[in-house]
Amino acid sequence: MDHYTLLNPLIGGILIGLASLLATVLSGKIPGISGVFGRLLVPATPDPPSRRSGATGKTWRAVFLLGLIGGAALSFALWQSAALFRPMRPLGVMAIAGLLVGFGTRLGGGCTSGHGVCGVAMGAKDSVVATLIFIASAMVTVFIYNRVSL
Amino acid sequence: MKTGKLLLFFVAGGLFGSGLAVSGMTDPARVLGFLDVFGAWDPALLFVMAGAVAVYGLGMLAVRRFDSGSLKLPTAASSPIDRRLVIGAAIFGLGWGLGGFCPGPALANLGALRVEALLFVPAMAIGMRLAQRFFGADS
Repeated sequence: MDHYTLLNPLIGGILIGLASLLATVLSGKIPGISGVFGRLLVPATPDPPSRRSGATGKTWRAVFLLGLIGGAALSFALWQSAALFRPMRPLGVMAIAGLLVGFGTRLGGGCTSGHGVCGVAMGAKDSVVATLIFIASAMVTVFIYNRVSL
Repeated sequence: MKTGKLLLFFVAGGLFGSGLAVSGMTDPARVLGFLDVFGAWDPALLFVMAGAVAVYGLGMLAVRRFDSGSLKLPTAASSPIDRRLVIGAAIFGLGWGLGGFCPGPALANLGALRVEALLFVPAMAIGMRLAQRFFGADS
């Protein structure tokens, strides 16, 4: 896998789908990354007593995200095609982008994984609408950015 | 929670992070290439979404089919499509198009200690706290 072909995104997508499926079965929740991360930032809400697994708030979320970072780090080390990183924006733009991504995903209730993968795959209307909107909005943003910064 | 279950959460996270890296989605140039429909368009992100949606959708169908009732699974019911959803998704898209990072790839790049991620992730946390503070934690 040192050379990138369109098999890479297909295999990567399958891995993301499997990972999301496993995390859904384990947690009983939609494991969207923005939701998992966002709930680490607010006081934990204990699960209702009807749920007996004891899967309270933060531990599994932190472990899941640590796994994500570890899995990425391992893949960067193993495959050149995975390690490829081409920075495209000045750091100031990255900071503003981070603020907007954080604010927007918590307002809109999900990101590319929660809405885009899980919600769309289950045919949830809100997720389909959100996904179409954030992709369109991002495409317009790129279109304008490329013309303003040329 | 039992250690075994936490280990499985770690494995799930690991598969997720590996999937992001293998797919090339941790490279902002590739993500921005997909979003640049009027430039040299890169279809990779579409393949990632197709693979992930197919596996998750079929997987959830199978899990529901064979579940004897012992699993607690999220419902596929849609939340209301309201102003909050529409404006939130539009703002997220604005940030995604500006930076080429969505939350998963930003976190994954912490695994390489890339300065873009070290800057983006705390900014993202601040943005989330602002939304939570002024508009409440979402459902």
